[in-house]
Amino acid sequence: MADALKERFFAAYRAMVTARFLEEKIAGLYHAGKVVGGVYSGKGQEAFSAALGVCLRPGEDVFAPLIRDQAGRVAFGEDPVDFTRTYLGSVEGPMRGRDGNIHRGRPDKGMPAMISHLGAMIGVVNGTLFAKRLKGTLGDSVGATAIGDGGTSTGAFHEALNLASVEKLPLVISVANNQFAYSTPNDRQFACEHIADRAVSYGIPAHKVDGTDLLACLDTYDKAVSAARAGGGPQLIAGTLLRLCGHGEHDDASYVPADAPHRIDCIEVAEDTFVKNAWATEAEITEVRAACAETVRVALATALNDPKPNPANETWQTTASGF
Amino acid sequence: MFIYGQDIANFGGAFKATKGLAERFPGRVVDSPISEDAMMGLAIGAAIEGMRPIIEMQFADFSSVAFNQIVNNAATHFWRTGVALPIVVRMPSGGTMGSGPFHSQSMEAIYAHYPGLVVATPATVEDAYGLLLQSIELDDPVLFCEHKLLYFHLKSKGLPDPKSVLPIGKAKVIRNGQHATVVAYSAMVHEAIRAAEELEADGWKVEVVDLRTIKPLDMDTVLGSVARTGRVLCVGEAFPYGGVTAEVVSRIVADGFHLLDAPPQRLNARDTPIPYHPNLWKAHRPTSQTIAAALRELIAF
Repeated sequence: MADALKERFFAAYRAMVTARFLEEKIAGLYHAGKVVGGVYSGKGQEAFSAALGVCLRPGEDVFAPLIRDQAGRVAFGEDPVDFTRTYLGSVEGPMRGRDGNIHRGRPDKGMPAMISHLGAMIGVVNGTLFAKRLKGTLGDSVGATAIGDGGTSTGAFHEALNLASVEKLPLVISVANNQFAYSTPNDRQFACEHIADRAVSYGIPAHKVDGTDLLACLDTYDKAVSAARAGGGPQLIAGTLLRLCGHGEHDDASYVPADAPHRIDCIEVAEDTFVKNAWATEAEITEVRAACAETVRVALATALNDPKPNPANETWQTTASGF
Repeated sequence: MFIYGQDIANFGGAFKATKGLAERFPGRVVDSPISEDAMMGLAIGAAIEGMRPIIEMQFADFSSVAFNQIVNNAATHFWRTGVALPIVVRMPSGGTMGSGPFHSQSMEAIYAHYPGLVVATPATVEDAYGLLLQSIELDDPVLFCEHKLLYFHLKSKGLPDPKSVLPIGKAKVIRNGQHATVVAYSAMVHEAIRAAEELEADGWKVEVVDLRTIKPLDMDTVLGSVARTGRVLCVGEAFPYGGVTAEVVSRIVADGFHLLDAPPQRLNARDTPIPYHPNLWKAHRPTSQTIAAALRELIAF
């Protein structure tokens, strides 16, 4: 049991560090003018995201990540080269230059591609679960997706949560309360006491957790995902944390007070946990970080060498039937 | 495949379109909560999983609640990800007496505006049946605009052999003429036929083209008809700003200017919300009388 937990903790940590490094690299390219559009990072949210990813079973479960889920993506098994290729618009990537940055996925491999409109992907995950159940392939698989404090104010969020509960779907919804929706603080976003209270009226169990503590996140997701697998219906996990970056790289987050609560780097917390439990020495941690850095270097080099989209080769075809 | 929508299971749907289906196909005709956005999201997810979901909007008007899922999620999906979404959204469309502003709308032009969607607008029972089967077989999201006239008033001697029904994307000349063409779709086809019959009494032979699907839009058939008649009136029940009739006229002007003997004309509903009282409603949408009057002016040019 302890070994399994340690293994999971390691996997999550590797995903967190890989995500941090990927985002730092791509942010550098953005500031050098090599990436168009924007760069949206999950700095400070890696533990909460990766913990979900490692609780899922790639190939069986569905995971529809959102804007700050790079760590969860890596933990779920998304190839880091999908990240670099999509940011750089490579034709070899899953979006082939047609969409960019975090708007990517491989829907036929259990990872729907998010659209920007918040809440929309919850309904999509519901549909994958509904269909699996109808086809008799659901088994004990689950569908997970993520949202933030701002996204819980959308109609789509409420419609989809209610529907998931009515249909008793094994939906796992992760709510990262990072205190600010772009610049808007919690007190302009919701008026209930705790963001987890949003689940109550839908009859959905809510699990609260310190989103900066990987060990706590793993424990909470483990309980929630297990409950969904066991037929307990939708589960909501609310993680409290602070986004340690702007909304995107263009944003200096000057609206976040210096003494804002939860200003904690979850990667440092995870490293303390390693040492406290004697799960890894500092040398071993350094080794893991070096391996993550190498993964990122390769992913970036690959994408940088890829061909860019050529309008002359673009089909401009929007339908499968060719209309 | 399965059908998901409000009141469609044991109740059989607001228009009884799914009457008896829940018993014949247990578990696959499912009542949904009143959550059009989440219903459409569910269809997208199910299509990703390889199913062919049908969503029934209780009225086309309410599809506006699902607008985001339809135009931003479903419509962009194949182009963005390469994964096709075979979804049919059935939309009871168009006006009926006393239905007012929120149970009468014709939404086809809104959806046709977006790349990635197919929009069917059958006028007859035969086409409603044949095009629905074709839409289900199609690998793309189809907005299937069923005029409520089809439920209440139109009859058919029997269902056609699906193979004999023209494919999606083909318009049909349903009445031959030589003096003018009316291009119409959905319920307006029937108003156009009545107008053509009225003008025939005066010796004018009016050709009527039923578009059948407005996206894809079969301009070959339209331009072929304009080549025969030299005069064209496009009729739609939707609001006049932009829309299907504007699209058809602009394409005729661009590609068939040399065929025209008179400026191409449009006739739509008025540019106001759809009124409740029958006196106002009848004066709001095109009718056989207003179509006939527009045709007389067109022929006199």
